[in-house]
Amino acid sequence: MMQNNVNNTNYVSEFRQDFAIIANWVKFGTKVLDLGCGDGELLQYLRNSLEVKGYGVEKDDAKWLACMQNGSNVIQMDLEDGLSGFEDQSFDTVILSQTLQAMHHTEEIVQEMLRVGREVIVTFPNFGYWRNRLQILTGNMPVSKTLPYQWFDTPNVHLCTISDFDQFCKNHNITVLERRVITDTQAVEFMPNLLGNLAMYRLKASS
Amino acid sequence: MLENNSVGIVAPQNAHFDTPLTLKSGAVLPTFDLAYETYGTLNHDKSNAVLICHALSGTHHVAGKYSENDKYPGWWDNLVGPNKPLDTNKFFVIGVNNLGGCHGSTGSASINPATGKPWGSAFPIVTVEDWVNSQARLLDFLGLPSLAAVIGGSLGGMQALQWTLAFPNRVRHALVIASAPNLTAQNMAFNEVARQAIITDPEFHGGDYYAHNAIPRRGLRIARMLGHITYLSDDAMGAKFGRKLKNDIQYSFDAEFEMESYLRYQGDKFAGEFDANTYLRMTRALDYYDPALPFNNDLTAALKQAKAHFLVVSFTSDWRFSPARSREIVKALLDNELTVSYAEVTAAHGHDAFLMPDAHYHNILRTYLSNIEIGGNDAK
Repeated sequence: MMQNNVNNTNYVSEFRQDFAIIANWVKFGTKVLDLGCGDGELLQYLRNSLEVKGYGVEKDDAKWLACMQNGSNVIQMDLEDGLSGFEDQSFDTVILSQTLQAMHHTEEIVQEMLRVGREVIVTFPNFGYWRNRLQILTGNMPVSKTLPYQWFDTPNVHLCTISDFDQFCKNHNITVLERRVITDTQAVEFMPNLLGNLAMYRLKASS
Repeated sequence: MLENNSVGIVAPQNAHFDTPLTLKSGAVLPTFDLAYETYGTLNHDKSNAVLICHALSGTHHVAGKYSENDKYPGWWDNLVGPNKPLDTNKFFVIGVNNLGGCHGSTGSASINPATGKPWGSAFPIVTVEDWVNSQARLLDFLGLPSLAAVIGGSLGGMQALQWTLAFPNRVRHALVIASAPNLTAQNMAFNEVARQAIITDPEFHGGDYYAHNAIPRRGLRIARMLGHITYLSDDAMGAKFGRKLKNDIQYSFDAEFEMESYLRYQGDKFAGEFDANTYLRMTRALDYYDPALPFNNDLTAALKQAKAHFLVVSFTSDWRFSPARSREIVKALLDNELTVSYAEVTAAHGHDAFLMPDAHYHNILRTYLSNIEIGGNDAK
């Protein structure tokens, strides 16, 4: 009796515009580190589309296991402790996908990513999105597709707007190579801090 | 009674080697024997073999029982069997007793062909490198070109790592569990105390106690008691025994606390079945293993020749082989751009956790092993 446990036919149930943009920023066959990789869906996507050599970092036991089940390399560690297990400039791209807002040591992790990666991709839900603003105006903490938590159970501790993050990069001498803003699958060019719900940045350390 | 996912009744086998083996120390073993067991069926293209390397007190008897009436199965029976994490429906699994051991492989208690008497103190010091070289001979003996995987915990993990360095083309996956790239001074210090307990036992006779019909039981017992303390975490000992007394306080030095009874029981049991010379040599092999030493203590440089895919696992409460030591291995593997996953399992049992059937730990091993591709779907 043989088992065929390697299942590479997991269909991505929903088109992920953010994955497509990230894949557009990652070069074929390069080395990628995905921080807070969850079940490894993004790594799998990048592996299948670009044959990257990918590693994930995940703290949670169940997600770690799911990531391994998806056939990814995954290192169990807490991002809050930094990236001391990784050498300077040892990855082509280091990705932090929709995790920045849940980090306590925000400045440290961004600096660590810039140390380890030649390029860095950071994505986060834009708190300045008009629907969030509207919910604040009506007197409630925003709950939406990109911010799916109630105020009392949210893991998010450092929410920011696109304008805030632009300023952060300027203050920390970080070069923004590219910025894309989307709402669901639509690119947002006009008034992105108001009309975009997901911000995506391609960064590198300023030389 | 056997469980229905046991490998069943097994029998040890013996491999005899006539070609001399030169050891790391320079000593030469003219001939030697290795005791081994196998479980599962070798597939047609011989791509499903997995070697299990044992730790300090392990043996080749990894799984199954020798008879229906055996009280205990092999030492890693919870891992190995049909539909277990190391699935014998898929893999051909080999357990081997290390050289210098006392369960069938050539060691101090074996007869030295040159003298017709037990080797005793004359049996050479063997190292992790020597073990791996002798295990490679066993692969040749079994007609196996390579291993799908090598697995080991603790000292066994060092052998798994060493396999990837000595025979990078003969091993595809290495599972290095609760291990370290070398021992810390504190870790070696425990070994030294254990050895001193044995060596200073009047019954030790310089290691030639066989000729005196003696056994350095007291030394071996103390060595094992010390070992057991370090294999458990403070919390695990607290949970298991706490300050529980067997009876009221007696104002004596008898085993009044349950912890004392446990240690004495474990020590006595071990002293009755294990060879002191083997214990000395196993601890010395632990002390000496240091693959980075010839590379100016640069582990990254030392691991450069490895090609295998790795799974490294540590346990949060293991202070004798702490997660930090496993992370050193992981970093060196990452530096060499090798394929590696690392799990830090939350467990209360200390170093012993690697032998426990913790559900998450076993899921990790099951998942990793099930992802290993083997050729020819003709394993039974």
